[in-house]
Amino acid sequence: MAGASSGLQSKRELGKATRDAFGRALEALGADHPEVVVVDGDVGNSTRTEWFGKKYPNRFFNVGIAESNLVGVAAGLAASNKTAVIASFAAFITCNAYDQLRMSVAYPGMNVKVVGSHAGISIGEDGASQMGIEDVALMCALPGFVVIVPSDEGSAKAATKAMLEYKGPVYLRCGRPEVPKLYPEGQVPFQIGKANKLRDGKDLTIVANGIMVAMALDAAEALVGEGIEARVLDMHTVKPIDRDALVSAAKETGAMVVAEEHLAHGGLGSVVAYTLAESHPVPIRFVNLLDTFAESGAPDALLKKYGLTAAKIVEAGRSAAGAKKR
Amino acid sequence: MANNLDALLARARSIREDIVKMTTEAGSGHPSSSMSAAEVVTALYFGGFLKHDPRSPQWPDRDRFILSKGHAAPVLYAALAQSGYFPHDEIMTLRKIDSPVEGHPNMKRLPGVEASTGSLGQGLSIGVGHALAARVDGKSYHTYVMTGDGEIEEGQIWEAAASAAKYQLDNLTLIVDRNHFQQTGPAEEVLNMDPIDGKFTAFGWKTQVINGNDLREVLQALDRANAVKGMPTCIVSLTHKGQGMLNLLRRLGDTNFHGKPLPAQNLNEALAEIAAS
Repeated sequence: MAGASSGLQSKRELGKATRDAFGRALEALGADHPEVVVVDGDVGNSTRTEWFGKKYPNRFFNVGIAESNLVGVAAGLAASNKTAVIASFAAFITCNAYDQLRMSVAYPGMNVKVVGSHAGISIGEDGASQMGIEDVALMCALPGFVVIVPSDEGSAKAATKAMLEYKGPVYLRCGRPEVPKLYPEGQVPFQIGKANKLRDGKDLTIVANGIMVAMALDAAEALVGEGIEARVLDMHTVKPIDRDALVSAAKETGAMVVAEEHLAHGGLGSVVAYTLAESHPVPIRFVNLLDTFAESGAPDALLKKYGLTAAKIVEAGRSAAGAKKR
Repeated sequence: MANNLDALLARARSIREDIVKMTTEAGSGHPSSSMSAAEVVTALYFGGFLKHDPRSPQWPDRDRFILSKGHAAPVLYAALAQSGYFPHDEIMTLRKIDSPVEGHPNMKRLPGVEASTGSLGQGLSIGVGHALAARVDGKSYHTYVMTGDGEIEEGQIWEAAASAAKYQLDNLTLIVDRNHFQQTGPAEEVLNMDPIDGKFTAFGWKTQVINGNDLREVLQALDRANAVKGMPTCIVSLTHKGQGMLNLLRRLGDTNFHGKPLPAQNLNEALAEIAAS
């Protein structure tokens, strides 16, 4: 079955990994954006920035395995009017260089684009040390950062373009495995801070991003059999959150599930709950990694063991819908 | 040259006066860490080394000066104010609410500040970025970075040092303000980084060791740095923390005098010592 080894348990057609889509988009956009420079921490063949580097060697700098310096160099390039793109594993770029992201990028509002690849547990066998599962929380905590988590090839490509055209610090989260295609070729509505409604429903809203969007759609289909019509929002931008879409969904469907490949604290679930708590509280259930590191294993097996499946979203949806005031 | 040197010496005294006045008025800050660097900052801003235009702080071809040891902000503020980046009397609003003359430099709020610093160890990487941008754009501007000597205990400094050597950044000059003291004591006791010049030489830099409180030596060192080709330059600038008010600090029994202002009752004595220096 297609996707059986991708860890995504979907019957949908697989597309490129979001890191590949980012890499190709960056390479293509480099031609029309001479102000874009890329700094690599010697993982360009993993993050796919090497495709840009091969095409524009004069605008590509590999500063070695030194994330703190990587971020600072990017900040300096940005201060001299470059659009500086840096990419490394999500875990390393956000955790190793957090003070530099805070002090050299966020505080002065530098035009630096931070791309964290290999996010989540779906990277598989390399294990917990390589899995960025707290990156969204960390990056959302920094004032002024935009935080984007694309769900498929097309949206990652569109997000890359939007990121380069946006002036200011952006964090783009990418993943390692191939992921199901969710948007038709060349028809990806993508606006920073604006959720995409992929399916409408009146009984429940499933808010998801990254690899969880495909599972949310699968879950919504399964819930039809239980008489629950679920709306699905691809919340690709975690910050700034699409408050209007959330409040409308809360008012119109009355119950919510938030699904993300991230720890419980500080991720999309926290942002959604914070947003709705003060405007239109409804029952919410969460599908995420709770409060634990994962381990080595095949992506499929990991997602199942750590509860990131369409079945878990169905369970959560049933519970949220059942908790609504009658 | 002699007249010019006299004018620059007067400028250095004037910068020191500003440092003690603004920090005493603020009631906090790091005057001693600022005063050690007065000759270098004077040479850069008033000795003809920094091409800059206070009326156009973002002029793309300007030379850059990044004060990585952000706690020495008063020496930078004095130089910027005396250059005309903002009204001189604004330095007396240092550290006060709503003032852009903050405790540590904030590039978003104060013109002429090239980097927001205050978390030590980050300025050299930013300088490398500016120097690489000059190369990408085919521009000839020079980037100067000043760190403290305690600051080079930060690992990021050495990541940056290696990357500057890799890209042969002869448009980058680092000045280490070797004033021998950090927050809790002598730098070589807290974490011995000697030999500083030897370390930078090993990292692929051209190095010089100078008396950084001797303006003539500073001017010569900056001239030599500009002539270096194919590698970045590090000037280890041997200085005294609190230079200009050392007699007073000795009398007060604290020659480190880290992170505190002169009490108001000692201000005139300090100004007199600076004037006589």
